[in-house]
Amino acid sequence: MTTANPKYKNSFLKEVEANVEDGHMVKMCMQCGVCAGSCPLGPHWEHSPQKIFMMIRAGKREEVLSSDSMWMCTSCYNCIVRCPRKLPITHIMHGLANYAHRLGLAPQGQPTRDIAKLFWNNIIKTGRVNELTFSLAMYFKDGFGQGIKNAMAMQGVGLGLVKAKRLNPMEILGGHSCKDKSGIHKMIAKAREIEDRRKGFAQ
Amino acid sequence: MNAPATPKYAAYVCSGCGIGDKLNVPALEKVATKEGKMALVKTHEFLCNAAGVQMIRDDIANEGVTHLCIAACSRRAKAEAFQFAGVAMSRANLREGVIWVVAEGADHDEVRQEMAEDYVRMGCAEVKKMAAPAGNVKESSSKKILVVGGGMSGMTAALAAADAGYEVVLVEKTGALGGFANNLYKRVPFNGPYAEPQEVGAGETAAQVTGNSKIKVYLNSTVTETAGAPGRFAVKIAAESGSISEELCGAIVQATGFTTYPLDKLPELGGGQANVVDQVGLEALAKSANGGAIKRADGQEVKSVVFVQCAGQRGHGGNGSGAHLDYCSGHCCATSIKQAMYFKDQNPDVDTVVMYSDLRVPGMGEDFYRSAQQKGVIFTKAKVNGVTGGNSCKVDFKDLILDEDVTTDADLVVLATGQVPTAGVDLDEWTATVTAAESGDAAAVEKKSELQKISVLNLNYRQGPDMPQFKYGFADSHFICFPYETRRTGIYAAGPTRRPMDMFQATEDATGAALKAIQTVENVAQGRAALPRAGDLSFPKARLEGCTQCKRCTVECPFGAIDEDEKRFPVFNEERCRRCGTCMGACPVRVISFENYSCDTVGMQVKAVNVPDEFEEKPRILILACENDAYPALDMAGLQRMTYSAFVRAIPVRCLGSVNTIWITDALNSGYDGVMMMGCKRGDEYQCHFVKGSEMAFYRMSKIGDTLKQLGLEEERVQTQEVAITDNTRVVKLINDYVAQLTEMGPSPMKGFG
Repeated sequence: MTTANPKYKNSFLKEVEANVEDGHMVKMCMQCGVCAGSCPLGPHWEHSPQKIFMMIRAGKREEVLSSDSMWMCTSCYNCIVRCPRKLPITHIMHGLANYAHRLGLAPQGQPTRDIAKLFWNNIIKTGRVNELTFSLAMYFKDGFGQGIKNAMAMQGVGLGLVKAKRLNPMEILGGHSCKDKSGIHKMIAKAREIEDRRKGFAQ
Repeated sequence: MNAPATPKYAAYVCSGCGIGDKLNVPALEKVATKEGKMALVKTHEFLCNAAGVQMIRDDIANEGVTHLCIAACSRRAKAEAFQFAGVAMSRANLREGVIWVVAEGADHDEVRQEMAEDYVRMGCAEVKKMAAPAGNVKESSSKKILVVGGGMSGMTAALAAADAGYEVVLVEKTGALGGFANNLYKRVPFNGPYAEPQEVGAGETAAQVTGNSKIKVYLNSTVTETAGAPGRFAVKIAAESGSISEELCGAIVQATGFTTYPLDKLPELGGGQANVVDQVGLEALAKSANGGAIKRADGQEVKSVVFVQCAGQRGHGGNGSGAHLDYCSGHCCATSIKQAMYFKDQNPDVDTVVMYSDLRVPGMGEDFYRSAQQKGVIFTKAKVNGVTGGNSCKVDFKDLILDEDVTTDADLVVLATGQVPTAGVDLDEWTATVTAAESGDAAAVEKKSELQKISVLNLNYRQGPDMPQFKYGFADSHFICFPYETRRTGIYAAGPTRRPMDMFQATEDATGAALKAIQTVENVAQGRAALPRAGDLSFPKARLEGCTQCKRCTVECPFGAIDEDEKRFPVFNEERCRRCGTCMGACPVRVISFENYSCDTVGMQVKAVNVPDEFEEKPRILILACENDAYPALDMAGLQRMTYSAFVRAIPVRCLGSVNTIWITDALNSGYDGVMMMGCKRGDEYQCHFVKGSEMAFYRMSKIGDTLKQLGLEEERVQTQEVAITDNTRVVKLINDYVAQLTEMGPSPMKGFG
């Protein structure tokens, strides 16, 4: 019972408060379940926001951080709109996902996590999204053979986009960039440094 | 009785509000003159306006009118305009009772007119049997208010009454004022921002009480006898030392509070084991810590604490075996929140978990709950299966959100146990004991004296020494309509003795009860009734030469207002009476009456109705409607222009309990096709203003079958219905269905014999 995270004690709640965006609001949940009932993806979650908040208070650190629930959030904001206690539930879900990812506890192969990683790695390169390389990275994330299959399946859409001048094949060479690319890189590095310091990920 | 030697009867027909358009008013006047034998009959096109009312006033002053029948709207409408002191008055309900409820169109002109003419006949017949009530002013009526109990409720009631200018006598059993509040370290906040516990303040309140020249405090004292009635309660107050004081009081507030449910009755939740305390036990720990770290009885500082809500409360919905209290004590959620704050405010690192099944923090308590969450108190929806005390307490529970069984440990477990009322003697137990004692049972004699010791008021009423108890031993209360009212007129229960509540609610409750007590002493001093017929000057009188000493009135009076003399004749304590007329309905020889409400005032109305013979195919149905709920529902149906059969004739009664069976037999003998009684909901969830009135009526009517058989009538010809004040739609259906049923049954065989 009394492990590093004793049950129904404050320790994990305090960790969440310190390290997760809007984590200090978790304790304000009154367990009404309106968020769980409002979520359009409700039946597909392992744990509803209501349960996630209860698990945090119950000290279930591993279960919370390895849950795929917060990765299922589509940011529709229904829960925020309806929460009678005005908890920023969507933000807390994103915060928890991010914290779990940083700790390396987030579920492996979780599609939302994968796409988020690809998107992030893509956008920080030039400060602009390169849709062509991003799409290709998506197609090929499960291996070369699967990538070819995916690309073939999508070729009609791709050609259509090219015809409509919505997709530039030349982007494959590196693509467009924002004006001050190195400025963006510095900014991101600084933000990362601040976040690490705040969340205890000193490097 | 008080009418002048030469009564003069007058009838006034109003033609306003469409009455003149729908009805033949000259014909109504003729009915009043010829059949009603009214000496003076006038019509006015707007009777309730200043000119109309002045016309009546002038007639009273100049023409010597003593009795008047106003044929206009319902007696519930324009009551202020039609208020004439010193004269008897009846109201014929032509508006809500006729033109608004009889279907439109020329087809219905005939029945509409017949209905209106009957109501005029009834109004004239009624007023002739009425007298203007004179009231019953007692020469020496005490306005002093006795408060029993010196806790927050009692002190607040005493201060409220004293501030309003009344002398108060406060009797407290212990040696100090303050009651349960003296146990507390801090209280749940009474006012905004509802975020932090507040100082209890019982000491300040006690100082105000002792410093108030209008309040006389008896400490270490109990009430050993209460005799008399409102306005003249003779109270004996015995001090612990043995000295007895006597006080004459006008009204009583009983604020005897509660005790906590015994911890040792909760072994399944660790009751009685080390480091398992109840809420009052934690208050003691917090008091001795006085802002420092809270320590257990063994001196160890508490680092983790679990609060178990609903411990031994709410039956199987709460925590504990369900064999304990069935109800929710209301205050415990907020109290546990407050107590969790004791820990968090002193040291935020103390783990505080509140295990609840439903967190009930009404009103601004929600803000208090939020404040505790801000402070980091963890709230867990859980069903606690067991607690083991000891150096490290174990709490086994099911987390109801995560749906799993868990065990957690804590240095201290606090059980939120319930309030147990201190309301004195259970009258059912008392009656059984007295009966056994009278038959010579020695154990019962001893038990009787034991019961007398726990009695709060020691009333010398025939019904027993305390007020009746409501559910779960709480003091009597007319929960749905008049929460402070008990079945003992002039005696009001306040605070947790009446229902479970927190300190703030108790102080509000006490203020309300003090105001009710003031209302009573003022009404009694003027010889008027207290609630619900507040201001009523009439009171029951018995023609004792006709009385058969059957005791039905004394037994059936819901308020214990009637005693018996040594010859078993009824002795009315008018000040205790609520004027419901249940005694009048009970009396088999019909000797009990009010000046303005009697067997005759209703009986003559029943007889005044023109009952057509069986060939006219116009049935007549008598409705006896309770004036508190059913009659307003009928009025409301009219107000909404719902239509019901024009064959019914409705008579309002004070309470269905006042219905004397003679009215029913008279009606059936006169050829009515049916009688429908409409009263309030009876039973445990009663809505009767007079508690037992409708129950008595249902009971009496259940016995009327034999009488009907003797008359050769079907039992369906008499119906009793429960009607609520909101039943305006239902009441129309009830009437129309009943008329259809009677039409199918065919005319009463009694027609033509009446």
